[in-house]
Amino acid sequence: MIEQIVFYAFAAILIVAATMVITVRNPVHAVLFLVLAFFASAGIWMLLEAEFLAIALVLVYVGAVMVLFLFVVMMLDINIAVLREGFARYVPLALVVAILMVGAIGVTVGPANFGADKVAIPAPHAADYSNSQALGAAIYTDYLFPFEIAAVVLLVAIIAAIALTLRTSRQHKQPKTEMQLRARRADRVRLVKVSGTVEQQD
Amino acid sequence: MHELLNNLLQPYLPEAVITVLTIVIKIAITIVCLLLSVAYLTFAERKVIGFMQVRIGPNRVGPGGWLQPIADVFKLMTKEVLVPANANKVLFLIAPVVALGPALAAWAVIPFGAETVLANINAGLLYILALTSLGVYGIIIAGWASNSKYAFLGAMRSAAQIVAYEIAMGFALVGVLIAAGSLNLNEIIGAQRGLGFFGWFWLPLLPLFVVYFIAGVAETNRAPFDVSEGESEIVAGFHVEYSGMAFALFFLAEYANMIMIAALTSVMFMGGWLSPLEGLPFISGLLSIPVLGTFLGSGIHWLIFKIAFFLLLFLWFRATFPRYRYDQIMRLGWKIFIPITLVWVVVASVLVMIKLPPWFN
Amino acid sequence: MSAVAEYFKSLTLWELLKGMRLTGRYLFDRKVTVQYPEEKTPQSARFRGLHALRRYPNGEERCIACKLCEAVCPALAITIDSEPRDDGTRRTTAYQIDLTKCIFCGFCEESCPVDSIVETRFFEYHGENRGDLLMTKDKLLAHGDRMEAQIAADRAAEARYR
Repeated sequence: MIEQIVFYAFAAILIVAATMVITVRNPVHAVLFLVLAFFASAGIWMLLEAEFLAIALVLVYVGAVMVLFLFVVMMLDINIAVLREGFARYVPLALVVAILMVGAIGVTVGPANFGADKVAIPAPHAADYSNSQALGAAIYTDYLFPFEIAAVVLLVAIIAAIALTLRTSRQHKQPKTEMQLRARRADRVRLVKVSGTVEQQD
Repeated sequence: MHELLNNLLQPYLPEAVITVLTIVIKIAITIVCLLLSVAYLTFAERKVIGFMQVRIGPNRVGPGGWLQPIADVFKLMTKEVLVPANANKVLFLIAPVVALGPALAAWAVIPFGAETVLANINAGLLYILALTSLGVYGIIIAGWASNSKYAFLGAMRSAAQIVAYEIAMGFALVGVLIAAGSLNLNEIIGAQRGLGFFGWFWLPLLPLFVVYFIAGVAETNRAPFDVSEGESEIVAGFHVEYSGMAFALFFLAEYANMIMIAALTSVMFMGGWLSPLEGLPFISGLLSIPVLGTFLGSGIHWLIFKIAFFLLLFLWFRATFPRYRYDQIMRLGWKIFIPITLVWVVVASVLVMIKLPPWFN
Repeated sequence: MSAVAEYFKSLTLWELLKGMRLTGRYLFDRKVTVQYPEEKTPQSARFRGLHALRRYPNGEERCIACKLCEAVCPALAITIDSEPRDDGTRRTTAYQIDLTKCIFCGFCEESCPVDSIVETRFFEYHGENRGDLLMTKDKLLAHGDRMEAQIAADRAAEARYR
């Protein structure tokens, strides 16, 4: 009973937030609604006793990815009139893409292979059942190769991104922090003893 | 406590209501204690930093200045909350609440004793990590919604800084997780039991301990990592436009986060509520002495003592170090802390694999 | 020292600990705060505080309306009006010092040929209404009457250097 109320509450928040993401004008508001959507889905996962995944969702997506998103979006100066310019021209293409995507989603998660009768309701686990342990065991035994391949793909992406952005121009005049930190007092300052009296000139 | 309430209210209320009531009362006690400690932490800060600067610090309000925090609270409560003309009003007012929420919610999983914990959840460590990473939203939203250059600069600095230190912090906790073999905070404390002071994780995980605490200082935007406030550069950073109670909430969040980081460092690396004498070969006889034994034995007072020590370190840092330059903060986070933690996570795994005697047998 | 050794030394946080040792020592050092209303720092006889107009011992006001102070005042805080009195001497009809403009440089006191305008040691004054800090001739003379003993003593003590 309570579980159902909680589920419907989270589901309602999720749907409203997800709708707002694509309808609000202000991109910062859209990002914040996306954060809310992540929270709601984390709550629903929590109801499924997938607490590791739920918290990982909050930690990774809300805590790190969306912070960077906000960082970028806040810096944008978006002119809505300019964005609207080509709207009519692209509507047909956009419609085709949208219909294709909705169709694809419908085929995969439609009633044919998704639903209460297709997927068994997971049996509740004992109190000491550790979700994270089960997940770790699965990843490092049955799914080791897909997991490692995914890791390598991500590593390649990281290296590519760094290689693309880490090009210092010839005009680059930023001081090297390492050099600055290596400076000692002896390199810069010479303490001189000066006698306090002035020699009398005759 | 649940039994007590149950016996008292059994005839009048259904079981479920009593359970909820117990939880609410526990939360209320925790939060009241926390807010009181925050109030007196500000007092302690002004006193300690004053003393380190050869001053006396506040000593006028009440005997020895002890009512100063109360006076501050009244001042902040009676002041007007100004909303700048072109600010995003909703987000501007939500931001302080967003900053304070995670700072309080994270206390749900901190174990105060073997049984004294609000929510003894299995993924406690992850929960903590997730919530500490949320605190930055308050800062970013505040900076953006204020519609002010200084506030915005502060928010941007804070966002980049927290993402950088989050990773080092996460890896430091991965080390703890490997050493303890559990995500549950009470089990992490249990894994440190055995050799008193030397059995705690700070010794085998020393680099992680140092990195975690320093990253924690950075994560709470405290000096010397307080570039998001940076009085001398960007006025007050993300909270320039805030006044009255809205400002007070940011203040509360910052100090609650400080206490939080101190508590977590104690739990992860300093044995939480464990006594430093418990399990030491010769001294453990002391623990059986009637009154002295309870004091020297494990209990919440040791946790409080450890938290107080780490808080003192926070204040000490602030009184000692000048603010980092921004690019050096980034360098420290990405090029020093993350490599150190990565290396030591491997070392810790090796130590656990070979079952190094005092800690991992 | 080589860069590598320097790097490992930095990992021990040695220099940071040295800094913390210094502040830690000051934590227990004797405090230098002066608890103001109860304790006060010693004052020099040359202290420049609230202004006063002095009188001669026979009760005659010293000021002869030469307006040297008005001319020398860098903050333009002094305003003087004068008229011949019935006995033929020139006297001020108005002598005002705007304390909100005054920078307490003491030039008025130095320029005064008859030691009339002086700055006293008194600095704990305040104003509650607009105009309270505009010192009129009456107020300045009253200050002089009230603090004449100390003013005279300070002038006597400093006479050697003037």
